[in-house]
Amino acid sequence: MANQALTLVASLNLALKQEMAKDKTVVLYGEDVGFEGGVFRVTEGLQKLYGKDRCFDVPLAEAGIIGTAIGMAINGMKPVVEMQFDGFFMEGVPQMVDHASRMRNRSRGAFSVPMVVRMPFAGGIKALEHHSESMEAFFGHIPGLKVVVPSTPFDAKGMMISAIRDPDPVIFLEPKRLYRAFKQEVPEEEYFVPLGKASLIQDGTDVTLFAYGSMVRECQKAAIEAQKMGISCMVVDLRSISPLDRDAILYAAEKTGRVVIAQEAARTFGTAAEISMIIYEHLYGKLKTPVERVTGFDIAMPLLKGEDMYLVDSFRILEGIKKVMGKA
Amino acid sequence: MFLEKYTDKLNTDMVQILTPEGVLDENLRPKEFTDEIVLELYKKMVFCRMCSDRALKMQRSGRMGTFTSVEGQEALQIATEFAIKKQDWVVPAFRELAVMWAHGVPMENIYQYWIGNEMGSRPPQGVHVLPVSIPVGSQMLHGVGLSWAAKLQGKDEIAVNYFGDGATSEGDFHEAMNFAGVFKTPTIFICQNNQFAISTPRAIQTASKTIAQKALGYGFPGVLVDGNDLFAMYAVTKEAEQRARKGDGPTLIEAYTYRFGDHSSSDDATKYREKSEVEAWRPKDPMKRLQVYLGKKGLWNEKIEEDMRAKFQVEVDAITEKAIAMPVQTVDEIFDYTYAELPPALAEQKAYLKTMLAKKAALRPQAEGEPQRATAIKEEGGTNG
Repeated sequence: MANQALTLVASLNLALKQEMAKDKTVVLYGEDVGFEGGVFRVTEGLQKLYGKDRCFDVPLAEAGIIGTAIGMAINGMKPVVEMQFDGFFMEGVPQMVDHASRMRNRSRGAFSVPMVVRMPFAGGIKALEHHSESMEAFFGHIPGLKVVVPSTPFDAKGMMISAIRDPDPVIFLEPKRLYRAFKQEVPEEEYFVPLGKASLIQDGTDVTLFAYGSMVRECQKAAIEAQKMGISCMVVDLRSISPLDRDAILYAAEKTGRVVIAQEAARTFGTAAEISMIIYEHLYGKLKTPVERVTGFDIAMPLLKGEDMYLVDSFRILEGIKKVMGKA
Repeated sequence: MFLEKYTDKLNTDMVQILTPEGVLDENLRPKEFTDEIVLELYKKMVFCRMCSDRALKMQRSGRMGTFTSVEGQEALQIATEFAIKKQDWVVPAFRELAVMWAHGVPMENIYQYWIGNEMGSRPPQGVHVLPVSIPVGSQMLHGVGLSWAAKLQGKDEIAVNYFGDGATSEGDFHEAMNFAGVFKTPTIFICQNNQFAISTPRAIQTASKTIAQKALGYGFPGVLVDGNDLFAMYAVTKEAEQRARKGDGPTLIEAYTYRFGDHSSSDDATKYREKSEVEAWRPKDPMKRLQVYLGKKGLWNEKIEEDMRAKFQVEVDAITEKAIAMPVQTVDEIFDYTYAELPPALAEQKAYLKTMLAKKAALRPQAEGEPQRATAIKEEGGTNG
């Protein structure tokens, strides 16, 4: 079968379409996902293809969406539900934290919750308040949940298939500024990108850059600039916040001995802090310089006119690279 | 017949078939309720109250953690369970000892849970009872999802949600009722209005005259029923069950009852409730009216009650011993069910804990013989219900 050049949105759509064809227990629902195909059109055309019993609109209630999906998942379905925006997920988070994440443990394996909660993730599209949130560290802190973030169309399809087949609840964060940012060859046939495994975007020898979601692209841009200065960067896409791919983190950090972590979320208690600590615990004394975190700030994401000030960009990442190279 | 009659308007009438005095409205008697069945259900109620009382005693003597007594709510739980099928789902909150047991969870497992081991929440294969749900009102959505999934897959299963009056103030209650109404899921909502959420009286939960009438706002029937009347609770639930099975959608049943006990073993209701109020409810105890009713049929007297209790006492003792003898959690158990497959970092944490516990154990002087294990309580005489 031929590959097609697809955007991240189209790749997700393809993954959902194919999984629905293979498995009749896969149902898609959320706010405006049925008739309209979602505000970002990730589920476009699927209601037409599979009918209103498989892809449908529901009342505007996030706890209702997640809570019913828990029941559905316990009783043999594979619900893939959408949170229209990351900020609105907060209305449904109690169901995720109190129940979805714990049901397997609470019932000692009698009941499990194989569901996927998808949502557009993080900033960069100059949207309204509560439309640009980065709360992955919070979700990563919850035992029993998996939290993943694809950064390419290829990974998006492979990770979505893995998420749907996963026996545990998966929070699937879709970097909204990458939805239509670029196209990539995506195979028509089924393939899996394992959850919990990082990906090496490019190899390098001087500095290791860790990122996920849209920050991967910013790191790639910074790496190109660094190259012009004679600095060779390794770029690692974590892809999974929970579980973290510790082996990959340690391998990549040790290889160059210098680490810059890019994180759009607020700085304190963020994913970068956890990665830094993993590196500290295992590679103490082996790094050439302290780990550098390039992050968002401990403030609310500003409204659109102030968004660019907040966002981590390749410029700030490059400054971080220069700092760990002693060239700042 | 009840749904139609009682739900068209903001009706505050309460369905009652067997009065507190033991007088039956023969016209409304459910046809399934032969004398033998009524006696059988009564026995179940007595057994559950004894089990609940025993659990409280176990808590008082340090053999169980916090426990929530079911005293006073046995009739509605046993009746509603009798109205559904084995394959139907029971979705409890945390005061549902009777319905959980009646629907297939062994009593020793229920004890095991309250003693403090998650293994007690693993029901036997094929028993459709979800574990106890502690965050008030959050479990009803699961019942809607369970029954919705059954509907979508063409399975002959319905779900019954159990919750209290306090739960109706939670947003998740609203969302569960709303989803159930919109998608006509085969769900029954049993609100056990026992008049209190810990110390907060029913009047502070809602300004609506009845909880039952809230169903009108979601487009399906809501019925106020005497929750201490086994006959009425069965009759109305049966009708709701048939309605759900036919595909006509959900029903809300407000079971008007009273929490005779404290909220939990950590609570002292005398601080916020007049003794006279509790005493006023005592004559409405669901057991009493059945005793009068069965007495008239020659199926109940003090002697029969005594014999029944003596027999149950032996069973409750055996269950207590069995539950207490159950092993506590292993390190593997507390880690291994977090995910289907243990992630490497968790495997490492588990190994670390094992090492630490072994080190700690090595430092402790080894006690002779068996590790400390509480022995079962044997009571002098019978408990009283």
